[in-house]
Amino acid sequence: MLRFIARRLLETVPVLLIIVTATFFMIRFVPGGPFTSEKAVSPEVLRNLERAYHLDQPLWRQYTTYLGQVFRGDLGPSFKYPNRTVNEIIADKLPVSLELGGLALVVALGLGLPLGVLAAARRNTWLDYVASTTAMLGVCVPTFVLGPILVLLFAIHFHWFNASGWYGPADRVLPALTLGCVYAAYIARLTRGGMLEILGQDYIRTARAKGASELQIVLRHALRGGILPVVAFLGPATAGILTGSFVIETIFQVPGLGREFVNSAFNRDYTVILGTVLLYAAMIVLLNLVVDLVQVWLNPRLKFE
Amino acid sequence: MPGLQALPANSANDRGFEKRDPISASIREIRGKKMPVNFWRPFVFILAVIGSAGCGRPATLVETGNRTQVLHRSVGQDLQDLDPHLATSAADYNVLSALFEGLVAEDPVDLHPVPGLAASWDITDAGLSYTFHLRPEARWSNGDPVTAQDFANSFKRVLTPALAAPNAPALYLIRGAEEFHKGRESDFAKVGITVPDASTLRLTLTHASASFLAQLNQAVWFPVHLPSIEKHGSATDRANAWARPGKLVGNGPFQLEAWRTGQVIVAAKAPTYWDAATVRLAGIQFHTLEGVDVEERAFRAGQLHVTDALPAGKIDTYQKESPEQLRIDPLLSTYFYRLNTAKPALRSAAVRRALSLGIDRNAIVEKILRGGQLPARAFTPPGTAGYTFPVAATDHAAEVAAARKLLAEAGFPDGRGLPPVELLYNTSDNHRLIAEAIQEMWRRDLGVEVRLANQEFNSTLEARRTGTYDILRSSWSADYVDPASFLDIFRSDSGNNFTGWSNPEYDTALTAAARAATATERNALFLKAEALLLEAAPIIPIYHYTHVFVIRPEVKGWRPTLLDHHPYKAVWLEAAGK
Repeated sequence: MLRFIARRLLETVPVLLIIVTATFFMIRFVPGGPFTSEKAVSPEVLRNLERAYHLDQPLWRQYTTYLGQVFRGDLGPSFKYPNRTVNEIIADKLPVSLELGGLALVVALGLGLPLGVLAAARRNTWLDYVASTTAMLGVCVPTFVLGPILVLLFAIHFHWFNASGWYGPADRVLPALTLGCVYAAYIARLTRGGMLEILGQDYIRTARAKGASELQIVLRHALRGGILPVVAFLGPATAGILTGSFVIETIFQVPGLGREFVNSAFNRDYTVILGTVLLYAAMIVLLNLVVDLVQVWLNPRLKFE
Repeated sequence: MPGLQALPANSANDRGFEKRDPISASIREIRGKKMPVNFWRPFVFILAVIGSAGCGRPATLVETGNRTQVLHRSVGQDLQDLDPHLATSAADYNVLSALFEGLVAEDPVDLHPVPGLAASWDITDAGLSYTFHLRPEARWSNGDPVTAQDFANSFKRVLTPALAAPNAPALYLIRGAEEFHKGRESDFAKVGITVPDASTLRLTLTHASASFLAQLNQAVWFPVHLPSIEKHGSATDRANAWARPGKLVGNGPFQLEAWRTGQVIVAAKAPTYWDAATVRLAGIQFHTLEGVDVEERAFRAGQLHVTDALPAGKIDTYQKESPEQLRIDPLLSTYFYRLNTAKPALRSAAVRRALSLGIDRNAIVEKILRGGQLPARAFTPPGTAGYTFPVAATDHAAEVAAARKLLAEAGFPDGRGLPPVELLYNTSDNHRLIAEAIQEMWRRDLGVEVRLANQEFNSTLEARRTGTYDILRSSWSADYVDPASFLDIFRSDSGNNFTGWSNPEYDTALTAAARAATATERNALFLKAEALLLEAAPIIPIYHYTHVFVIRPEVKGWRPTLLDHHPYKAVWLEAAGK
């Protein structure tokens, strides 16, 4: 297993290198630059700015300098926020995104798994219909609709929460719930499907024949196999939750990295774009690795190869 | 489920923890009823989380703020920097003006320059020399006196090329400053900044300028405390992270307490400020709220006293339901189209003027925008420092007739033979609606067909820089209250012209206006220049912006100023009924 992990980690290096290289050159060919604004800066100022950030050097030179920096763990200064470095921005914002994402995952699994299991166990009863309809609704209602509805209800009408911000523990509830609900819906559907497939298997019939209770069958025998599709889904979904919470971060004014990432693209803040792309790429690669490990652990038929 | 119905009653804020019990009781009750465990558990869990998190909630920020004189203001987008020499956005200024003070300050009513750090000044040499007498009692937030040398050091810092201060050219008005900044002169002693003694600062200008004092209110003219900056690195290193809580030394009525990026900047009244007795607010919290809808919801939830803006769709609702909270203030800002005069279709001034006349501005303002905006037939908003360009009040039918005549005279009767024209705007609902309306007006009334194109903002700026546009949506906001802040951008040497149009007569008029002795003479020269601009029509003014926002009635002294600047020492909070 260690060899498997080591090989996969080694494979990561060229992948990240390709991503950084492609991003580095792609963003330079996007029209506009980090210092353009409605009020144009004078040519002297632009020259000074470019000199300050070494943008006056040939592109290949900037590229090699940047790579050298990255290997030393320095992602450079931000162009838009002059006295912040990309490292600092990531250190500042990533924990927020991770916290939001982590809580959303808890919500997603905490709602999605029971709902899916319940729907499968009580297949074609009113419970199943309620659970499946709820899941369908969750899939269909986008976060930018659900978020404001929750805010209107719980922040403006009941005054239980702030409408936006990220100060106390209470401020985590609405964003995590909104982000989690959508994924909960997917998880519920996947769990239901996976469970139904497993519940139809021979060994479940054997367990039934041996007189195992329904609860035992569902929890002890079927669940482990039934959630395999969920685990496969969780890899990209976790990455999505951790990185793609831009909408949630905007609706609830959560100071996370997702918003920084999207804004940096609009601002042409080259170093921030590169730094966040690199980070996200690394996260996705790692999460996929974790998913593979968990899948092998859950499914004895799979082997490390 | 009696327990569940008890939940929504928990909106009261002040009762604190005694509210927790009914919730857990309600959960026990639900459990006690032996509902199918699997089904209810998730719901109970959510309700428990919501309930327990919700009921200990203290008073809203606004309520607490009213009690403690802490203003909660939204500044919209995230701040770039709190270094006054590097910051450029309006949001930055709204915070910086609390933390720093320049030689002059702004009058809270109309923003005209009033004594700030300088108690008085003498203007000599026919307006070429300004001698500022600083307040000896003025202090930095660390207790050091604010001296004339601090200002000289600050101006030198701005003009040092390594710092790459975006607004450094604002200081070119000082004699020798441009040469120093452009590296043609390396001796700073040649720059017209002298310090006869600790409380006297003399600035020598390249030419007399009636708007000089007003310009001093831009952040780039604010002084910084060099000794404290140098503790954290070179003062001319952009990456020097001195503008942070615990490090930033300012000289304004407030001092920086905390900055949580992307969330809030906390400023508290500075006891060291020379005029602290006048300052009534105990503190200001500047909230970063990107997105007008988010802001409006935060306002309704009691998190903000003042928003930065209000979504246009909400204006009617507020007008109907709480008009006392809605404010529509004038703003020195114009929405206009730039015309690329190098393009074959737009080479003729007659065609350009025809396009301008063919726009029914009233319809745009009244049907699309509906936020009290003024239709713009001139570039400078009316009443800018006492200057108004007279526009004949003609009805739109007459304008259309004149436009058709101009088109015919230019050889394109009913738009026939006019090369195709593209109208480019940056992606936004409002810009699209306006562009579509104008496209239809031109098609219907003038027979001119234009194609619409939209791009992301930064890309449209690139099109502007490279001149690869025909017609481009643009906007301009004044930096200081003066017509020059508008008209100067179409001088031939301006870095913001981008239309390809230039006229030496226009330049001369503006140069003369800058040096004019009296206001009457100045205004006459501005009138002349603006007439030339509108006659040649390298731009089509469409409307003058208004600043639409919502504000709690407790906020006092928040006056409708033209730049949306609100000198904070004139602002206070007063809860109703007190």
